Amino acid sequence: MKKLTDVVAILKGDPRADRAVPPTGFTAQLTLLTAAAMAFLGVFALALSLATARLAERWAGELAQSSTIRISAPQDQVAVQTAAALRVLNQTTGVASARALDPAEQRALLAPWFGPDLPVETLPIPQLIEVIETPAGYDAEGLRLRLRAEAPGGVLDDHTRWRRPLVAAAGRINALGLVSLALIGGVMVAMITLAANAALSANAQVIRVLRLVGARDSYIARAFVRRFTLRALSGAAGGTALGMAAIALLPKADPAGGFLTGLGFTGAGWILPLVIPPLAAVIAFWSTRLAALRALKEIT
Amino acid sequence: MIELDDVSYSYGGDALLSDITLRLAPGSFHFLTGPSGAGKSTLLKLCYMELLATKGTVTLFGRPARDIGRDGVAMVRRRVGIVHQDCQFLDHLPLLENVALPLTVSGQSTEAHMEEMRELLGWVGLASKLRALPPELSGGERQRAALARAVVMSPDVILADEPTGNLDWEMSLRLLTLLVELNRMGKAILVATHDLNLIRQAKSQVAARVLRIKDRRLQLAGADL
Repeated sequence: MKKLTDVVAILKGDPRADRAVPPTGFTAQLTLLTAAAMAFLGVFALALSLATARLAERWAGELAQSSTIRISAPQDQVAVQTAAALRVLNQTTGVASARALDPAEQRALLAPWFGPDLPVETLPIPQLIEVIETPAGYDAEGLRLRLRAEAPGGVLDDHTRWRRPLVAAAGRINALGLVSLALIGGVMVAMITLAANAALSANAQVIRVLRLVGARDSYIARAFVRRFTLRALSGAAGGTALGMAAIALLPKADPAGGFLTGLGFTGAGWILPLVIPPLAAVIAFWSTRLAALRALKEIT
Repeated sequence: MIELDDVSYSYGGDALLSDITLRLAPGSFHFLTGPSGAGKSTLLKLCYMELLATKGTVTLFGRPARDIGRDGVAMVRRRVGIVHQDCQFLDHLPLLENVALPLTVSGQSTEAHMEEMRELLGWVGLASKLRALPPELSGGERQRAALARAVVMSPDVILADEPTGNLDWEMSLRLLTLLVELNRMGKAILVATHDLNLIRQAKSQVAARVLRIKDRRLQLAGADL
């Protein structure tokens, strides 16, 4: 509670204490610009992270609930094996529904490669069966064994082979976004600490005089901490506003869209970047406080 | 209030002060003299903890200096008024705010003390310079302002390091008179100076002890003064 009171007192400020430390133009601008730039980048890293999280979730969710059985058999066996496979599926625990795709659906699937007028009925192409799983899912290995016995031309593709790398890739990009956010925070700590140290060095004589007349370290540190915290807060607020405006101007975020068109915020996601300015202020508060108290130890 | 007991101070292996014993009691007035580089400033710095003794014990207001933390040092300095030869002001603040600085840093309202401050600055002859910035003041004005700042908290002890170093004789006498007045109010005064004329003048006004640093040791100055 006392710490919270201290923080409030620091942010509220003491105009006389503020006057004791002269403003330093260079470090003021450096802190403001750094906070603005880092917040701007932070908004994009956050957008990237959220977009990839959405993508990973969608891929994992959509693909996990469906699978396909491909019946590759001599033409006269296709109908029999399809019926056998559907019978097996109907008896399999964890399968919510199963149906054979009709020629129109198969034609639509092949259209990107062969055009819309492909005569699928006359070609020896495999029959596809779409399987929808229950949330609990089915035993893929058991189903493969039964298909081998009752519909030997049936090959179960549960999408695991290609879903896993996609979900992993999306997960990694998501992690990369989070690492970027952490790095941006780290750079902000470094820059604000450097700027605070520069300000402290530039004001060494002022600090010496203040110590000489009986100022405590916390009193002197407070003047610097308040200044840097407010600069970081206002800089980050500006940077965040610019970043959010830039994101808003990107092509509209499609909740079900691809990676690039989905790079943006949706719904409540727009609230998340607003956390960046207070976070920057917290970073500035502690960076400056630690730098100030460390520097003050050098002065008796 | 301030006691140095068998204190030595060395820097980089060289002894600057050896076996110093000194007591600054309430109402006492001491002059500290000796040639330049004898260690007068060093001794003063030991009294307000800018330096720590390498041997012996410095006791400030009943507490050994070694037991006093950084916040404690700040508290000690609120009870010790320090006048430096180079004054040490904040050049961006007007004189009034500079003189009020000890009040400001101790969290006291300068507005509440405004009348006293004006009176104090009038006492040191700077009533017309309240808004002047330190660089705009003459050497003598700065010295008197430094004295005003040193006493604004009504400290128990006043330490002055060559306070008349930049002043002409008339101004030196004026500053001396101020110090004597403060001493009569019960303040302990320690003035480091090599101005023997000033010491002689003071001895005609106040019962001052004159100490000399010679060969790193403190001794009572004799009849040569």
